[in-house]
Formats: sequence, structure tokens, C-alpha cells
Amino acid sequence: MKGVCYYGKEDVRVETVPDPTILNPRDAIVKITATAICGSDLHIYGGYIPTMQKGDVLGHEFMGEVVEVGSKNTRLQIGDRVVVPFTIACGNCYFCKEGLWALCDNSNPNAWMAEKLSGFSGSGLFGYSHMYGGYPGGQAEYARVPFADVGPVKVPESLSDEQVLFLSDILPTGYMAAENCHIKPGDTIAVWGCGPVGQFAIKSAYLLGAERVLAIDRFPERLAMANSHGKAETLNYAEVDVPEALRALTGGQGPDACIDAVGLESHGTTVDAWYDRAKTSMYLATDRPHALRQAINACRKGGTVSIPGVYGGWLDKFPLGAAFAKGLTLKMGQTHVHKYLTTLLSRIEHGDIDPSFVITHRITLDDVPTMYRTFRQKQDGCIKVVIKPGQGVVQSEGSIGRPPS
Amino acid sequence: MSAHSSIVELDTNSQHRGNVGDVERWGSLITGAVMIAYGLSRRSISGTWLAATAAALVYRGATGHCPVYSSLGVTTAGNAADTCVALAGDRGINVHESVRLEKPVEEAYRFWRRFENLPRFMTNLESVADLGNGRSHWVAKGPAGSTVEWDAEIINEIENKVIAWRSLPNGDVVTAGSVNFDQVRGGRTAQLSVHLQYAPPAGRLGALVATVFGREPSQTIREDLRRLKQLLEAGEVPVSAPQTSSGGRP
Repeated sequence: MKGVCYYGKEDVRVETVPDPTILNPRDAIVKITATAICGSDLHIYGGYIPTMQKGDVLGHEFMGEVVEVGSKNTRLQIGDRVVVPFTIACGNCYFCKEGLWALCDNSNPNAWMAEKLSGFSGSGLFGYSHMYGGYPGGQAEYARVPFADVGPVKVPESLSDEQVLFLSDILPTGYMAAENCHIKPGDTIAVWGCGPVGQFAIKSAYLLGAERVLAIDRFPERLAMANSHGKAETLNYAEVDVPEALRALTGGQGPDACIDAVGLESHGTTVDAWYDRAKTSMYLATDRPHALRQAINACRKGGTVSIPGVYGGWLDKFPLGAAFAKGLTLKMGQTHVHKYLTTLLSRIEHGDIDPSFVITHRITLDDVPTMYRTFRQKQDGCIKVVIKPGQGVVQSEGSIGRPPS
Repeated sequence: MSAHSSIVELDTNSQHRGNVGDVERWGSLITGAVMIAYGLSRRSISGTWLAATAAALVYRGATGHCPVYSSLGVTTAGNAADTCVALAGDRGINVHESVRLEKPVEEAYRFWRRFENLPRFMTNLESVADLGNGRSHWVAKGPAGSTVEWDAEIINEIENKVIAWRSLPNGDVVTAGSVNFDQVRGGRTAQLSVHLQYAPPAGRLGALVATVFGREPSQTIREDLRRLKQLLEAGEVPVSAPQTSSGGRP
């Protein structure tokens, strides 16, 4: 089959790779009908993610049709149309039972690597380095889905791929970011970063009862989207003094909660061997807009700073003193995707949200390497890229993928 | 080569690879210390030589290990095949690890008590056969396709609380182990606390034993218990197969 493979910094290629096979009883194989490039894939593209290996298949946002199931997977059937959470979770461990699916104990075969960095390992992830399990990703024609009897959500035919695809990651990520703000009626929420996660955080904040949402970015097309689709008041940080503006907009009190949907361009660092590399990437990141520091400083006393943006290593000049002085609550972490699937699918079905509004580009697998570059440089108004592997010239070598008989 | 480096690692890690008896150890330690003090006080070349020689005695006394005895295959530390001697107190290599499972403690106990199950998560074990009457035969993987074998007997068993065993004489390995099963978090969670002990003999056998228990015994057991947890909780051990264009099947 075709897959998008990592070959090094800013080197992504479409290659012919082996078809995935069932390896465990709870597995399923999905023929991918739609997948996407995530902002966090750009961290890999930029060479910031340790434990990536040449030839690794990328991608963690995908959906498709079940074409094969393992012997113990009784929940899925061949032909089911499913969206697959980017976090892999067993459903049986303490963390899964507590609803902390992204912290699953049993899904990362390389947990020891993450333990060296963080003490304990989170769940395995698709297409996101060997430290997170080395699972081949979803920017391909097929993917093997472990624990497919608890992860994938079946979606009704009445909804298009583009409406449900983002259940895999960015919609729940934006939603959890807003939920973590513990929004009360009348609250004002400020959102740093108007990429797709920021856009969904804005939408979700309103869905959860916020009175006002203030959105911060510097790209006009992203601010325009936040305003037109999200109904947010926008601040261009290249033009205004954001802390002053936020203070003015909130009667001198500050936003009730702040969401950092930017993250740090250094992600997933691990053991000492990679420490220097991580450090370098963090120093690069200090040239960026300091979103998290600003969010902490801007937040009102007793407020919440919610962090869906990805952080990986050791932060320099982190204003913990300000957070302490103001009695802030910090909430963060990978998204517990499984927990939100039912809620958000029904939100989509009821028309509360149509996530497809973030899509700016639709491409085939062959166009992916070019589009990584476009997306990274934020050219051509690029906000969200959806890939349709089934379209264009597609070859499959294996037997998988024939229509179910 | 790897077997050799394993010996070195174990020897430097072990505090109690005793081939020198306790009385002899104290004797070495005190005599050595006196000789160093005297030698250095002489402030002469011969005095320095005396102190340097005495340092070996201090080492022998402090560690209980004599390189000369070791090379001659001599031990004054008692019968090494007897677990009561070789593993008494905190002798031998001791590994403590524990794991929590979202499973009834009874289920975890039953799984472990069937020793045949152990190789399913202890990757260094090839097989364990129940011989009846609390006895079992263990086969572990050695280097280069060889095996290490021993018989063991259960020495303590309280249903759903504890299992303890030790190796019997005439095996390749002197080892003992126990697992405690506790209910934690108000009884919702089972906690297994494993204590493994083994005496690393010198020579070729030492290398074999090092292979059986892994070069970092603690990390090996931790990974073993992780697999046990995965098997019992999730029903399978997670795997990922690289699907790279450069490797794998065409």
C-alpha cells in the first residue's frame, strides 16, 4: 500500500510499504477513506520529535472502513464505518476506567522509553515516534488499529467523512480544552492560537456556556475564521498589546480562563541521549510568542489556564510564581478522545457543530509531501489539510481492502 | 563476550557475592586497616607498598569477595547450593518490584499459582512444569541457545495472599522468590509485590544466571510485571510492527 513516510527533517515521502496485518486478537484493520495533517505532525516534520525512525508511517487523524477484525474483536464488523481515536487505549486499566484514556497503562509497547523521561508513560499513539509505541500511522491506505473493540466510533451514513473525521483528535482536543476551563455562565475565555484546535476550543467554549470568547493569533485568515465561524472577538498580537487589550476587554479583571492552543515547538523529548536536541529546540521556541507565559500572566485571579497545546521537555522561565500568586488552576495533557466521542458525535448529528469548517485543503496521498511544506509555512491560507487516500491513482499490493463480500 | 561482561556487571553490583566467611571478612578488614595506617605512617616507598597491598585486604573484608579465592574456585561462605545459606538475610541479589492490576486479587493469584503461566510474561523463562506436591521444574533461556534448569519447591502458600518458593539443590541456579497479593484502593485493585533473590555463582554458570535474570534484574522484572498486567487487564500484550518502506515484508 501507499503510506506517507518520515525520512528526516523536512523530508517526507510517499512510499510503498507493507500492508498492515492483524497482530493481536483485539485488532482491526481499517481501509482509510479520510485522514489529515495535524499541527503536531509539523513538530515531526521540523525534526523535533526524538525516536522517529526513517520510514515510519506518519499520521494520527484517520477514519475509514473496517476490512478485517481480530478473533476477540466482537464489537466491530467488516464494513463498519469508523473514526479512530489518535490515542490507543485498552479500556481495562485503572486510567481507562477513570476516563483518563490518554493515560492508558497497557497500550504503549515502548513504555520504558517514556518512563525515562516522565516517570510514567501515557498511552500509545498512532504515527508519533517509537517512544509512543512505534505504531504506523494513518496517512496511508490502511492502518492496523489495536484495541479496536474500545477505540473506534461507528458513524452514521448521514454524516460525511469531513463532518466526523476530526473526532479522531482535534475536535475532542478543543472540546476538552474548553471543558478544562470549568466554564460558568457569563465567563470570558481567551484562546491563544487560532489553528484548528483553537477554532474548536472557541466553538466548544460557547457550547459550554461562555459569554464571550477572545481569540489571539497573527494570521488574518485564522482570525477571520475565529470571528466568522467561532463568533470570537479577535486580537492580532502583531498589532495590539495582548495583555493590555485583555485587561481592557474584561474591565481590568482578566479572562476567567485562558486556553493555550499554541504549544511549544519542542515535543516528546526523552532520555539523556536526546537531551541536547530537546534543549536546542526549546531555545528556538523561546523566539515564539510566549503564549503560555502570556496566558498565565493575563488570567484573572483564581482562574484556569488550560493547555491543549503540546509541550514535551523542560520549560525555561516558566512563571510559576505568577500562577501561584494568583491561585491559578493549570489543566493539561493529551486528549482523552474516547471519553468525548459519544457526546461530540451527537453534537455533530444535532447540528451544534459542523467541524468541516476548518478545512482549507483537500488532497490525495501523492500531494502530502508538498502540503507538509505549505502547511508548515502557513502559505496559501492553509489551516487544515484533509487527505483522501481512496482518490487519485491508488495501488494496493495486498489482499486487504477488497470490498467485503 | 556478552556473557563475560555480564559477570563483571554482576560482580560490581553485588554486595554479597560471598566467597569469604564473616569472621575472615572482619579479620581482613581490621588487619588491612592497621597495615594501611602503619604503611602510610612510615612515609617511605616500602611503607607505601605495604599500604597498597593492605588495600586488597580491606576490599576483601568490606565486600566479602576475594579475587584469589574466586580464581581458585574457593569459597568459605558456606554451602552455596542451599538457599538457606546462600540467600539468608539479604544475601544474594535482591530484586523488589510491584504492580497494580484492575483485577480481583483471586484472579491474579490463580494465574500466578499456575507456574506454567510464568513464561507467558517472564521472557527469560522457557517453561515451568508443575511436578506435584509443591514442586516444579524451571527451564530458563541461557546464552547461545543453551538452557539453565532447576527444580523448585513452594515454601509458603496462603491462598490469595502469598506464594513463596525456593530452588532445590543440584540445580543450575540458587534462587528464591515470593509474591504477595494485596487488595488496595478499597479492594478495587490488586497489588502484587514480587521479591526475587538469587546467588550469582562464579564462572561460566554465573554468566548463565546473569542471562536468566537479565543484565538489569530490576528492569527485567519490571518489564515482566508489565506484561503480566497487560495479559490480565487487556488480555493481550501490545505490539507494534514497524511498517517501514525500508524494512518489513515486501
